Amino acid sequence: MTAPPTTGLAAPERAPGRGRGPRETFKHSKHTLARARHARLLFAPSLLISFFFVYLFIGTTLYISFSNWRIGTSRDLTLQSPWWSTYSKLAEEMRFQADIRNVVVFTVLFLAVAVIAGLVAALLIHHVAVGRGLFRAVFMLPYALSFIVTGVAWRWIFNPNTGVNEILRWFGIENPPGWTTDTSILLALNNPTGAGPLKIELGIPVALIPIVLAAAWQLMGFAMAIYLAGLGSIPEEHLEAAQLDGAGVWKRLRHVVLPQLKPSTITALVLLLHVALKMFDLVVAMSGSGPGFVTDVPGIYIYDYLGSRYDKASAASMVLLVMTLVFVVPYLIRSYRRGGDS
Amino acid sequence: MSAPTISTAEPARRRRIRSERRWPRTRGGWAVLVLCTLGSLAMLVPLYVILTTALSGEDGSPGFFLTFPSEANLDSFAEAWELLHGSLLNSLQITIPAAAISCLIGSFNGYLLSKIRFRGANVLFILLLIGMFIPFQAIIIPMFQFLSTIGLQGSLVGLIVVHIIYGIPITTLVFRNYYIVVPDALMEAASLDGCGVFSTYTKVILPLSVPGFVVAGIFQTTNIWNDFLFGLIFTSPEAWPATVTLNNMIGTTTVDYSQLMAGAVLVALPTVLMYLFLGKYFVRGLTAGAVK
Repeated sequence: MTAPPTTGLAAPERAPGRGRGPRETFKHSKHTLARARHARLLFAPSLLISFFFVYLFIGTTLYISFSNWRIGTSRDLTLQSPWWSTYSKLAEEMRFQADIRNVVVFTVLFLAVAVIAGLVAALLIHHVAVGRGLFRAVFMLPYALSFIVTGVAWRWIFNPNTGVNEILRWFGIENPPGWTTDTSILLALNNPTGAGPLKIELGIPVALIPIVLAAAWQLMGFAMAIYLAGLGSIPEEHLEAAQLDGAGVWKRLRHVVLPQLKPSTITALVLLLHVALKMFDLVVAMSGSGPGFVTDVPGIYIYDYLGSRYDKASAASMVLLVMTLVFVVPYLIRSYRRGGDS
Repeated sequence: MSAPTISTAEPARRRRIRSERRWPRTRGGWAVLVLCTLGSLAMLVPLYVILTTALSGEDGSPGFFLTFPSEANLDSFAEAWELLHGSLLNSLQITIPAAAISCLIGSFNGYLLSKIRFRGANVLFILLLIGMFIPFQAIIIPMFQFLSTIGLQGSLVGLIVVHIIYGIPITTLVFRNYYIVVPDALMEAASLDGCGVFSTYTKVILPLSVPGFVVAGIFQTTNIWNDFLFGLIFTSPEAWPATVTLNNMIGTTTVDYSQLMAGAVLVALPTVLMYLFLGKYFVRGLTAGAVK
């Protein structure tokens, strides 16, 4: 846990030369300049690869989303008129509306469960007297699995006939939910009549609950690891000072520990968020699109249209990209811009 | 901001030594231990389910997911192996070169970014890192067209190339964070000895990098072995990785859960074993990959 690579959000060390005596800076400057030029040259290939395969490819996908290209083998790069029509059709489509609802509900619930469970597990494991390494290993173990493995296991656990429903029936619940095959929506906000632009019921699809639990089971250990690193960095003097002031366990947790864990929470939220938004394999293995698209997500939508509608698949992936970058880019800039540069 | 820094290593180690193998002395201490035990047992339930269902060997599936098989046997494993062994070999052939090459590139980049610190390095690093966070759905169409154009679509080599390209940001990140703690004095000494940027890397940095390679290697091996999306889209059936074949074992009408779980065990085994034996490094790699 106390690994060197967790240097983390802390700003990178200052650039060499800065903060030293002027004489030293002068002595090294000519040499340092030559080295920097050389380094930039050596870094260029990776940067070019990144520009080609990340930025240029995203630009290409963006262009395709404005074009008439439908079937992969028959390229058609003429623009639609108006050029944004794929996006407006997407917004009106019942399936895509369901996808956005599902991915938002899934992400919010999953983040809440995984981060809170990870925090509780980290606090317990940080303070446990024996077996810390063993407990940590057990909580982290699911992270080593593929989402497909997790998915098939939880598909079986929530199988309506042989899974947890047997236990619920044993407790006297006559009609347990159909889980991933259940079409009901909890806390529905509206009742779509088909007249307005909104064609879906807004709320929490019951079918997403098993998927949230499976994802949280797999990734809560990740949140836990981040919190354990954060807990290790809280100076012990702070806790001792609070103890001397007479603060009990809960007061210390609320006023000393939790505020110091804020950076860990932000890290855990952003990293798990980008996993949640692009979720694909877990849902494919657990349920696929589900009846009435109750478990469909943009990842599956995009895959389904790869064969027949490049324009729609591209537009949907651009929506997904924007949703992700809105959170990730500010986070990366905040984490890495300070220090070194300039 | 007070984030995890290297300096945390000391108190944590002290605490561990102090508390090693000592049973709790307070009621609160026992409560923590009991809660940890219960939590761990709960985490293990799905793994128990996978194993017992696989061992039931029944044609089809057992009647209840928690049943321990009355006669455990390996029949389902034999069936699953029959279906999966080709894909497992593919996964191996994809994972090893892709992980190795992306680690090498990442190590060199990490060195440049952390030790030379040229002007603009941080901005370029952020631009590179964004590539790690994009939903890959946003690049699959151009990548599919690109691979088709150069004749690699559907092949193992194509998939390896894709994994290397999109593995560069994460390995660069891991190595950059790893090299930050290497003392600058070493660099200055090498520079005074007349080493250039590249020979400093091969003579000074690379020999120090074994732990970094273990961390990044485990991280990349797990990522690539467990990948599904790229494997599904960029390979033809004979080059399918194991995750894709496992997913195809879910039938359209009925599912043979015993066989499916045996398949799940086979697919999970390599990464789980690696994790059990090198778990310490794995957690390290994880928190390094956690950007932070």
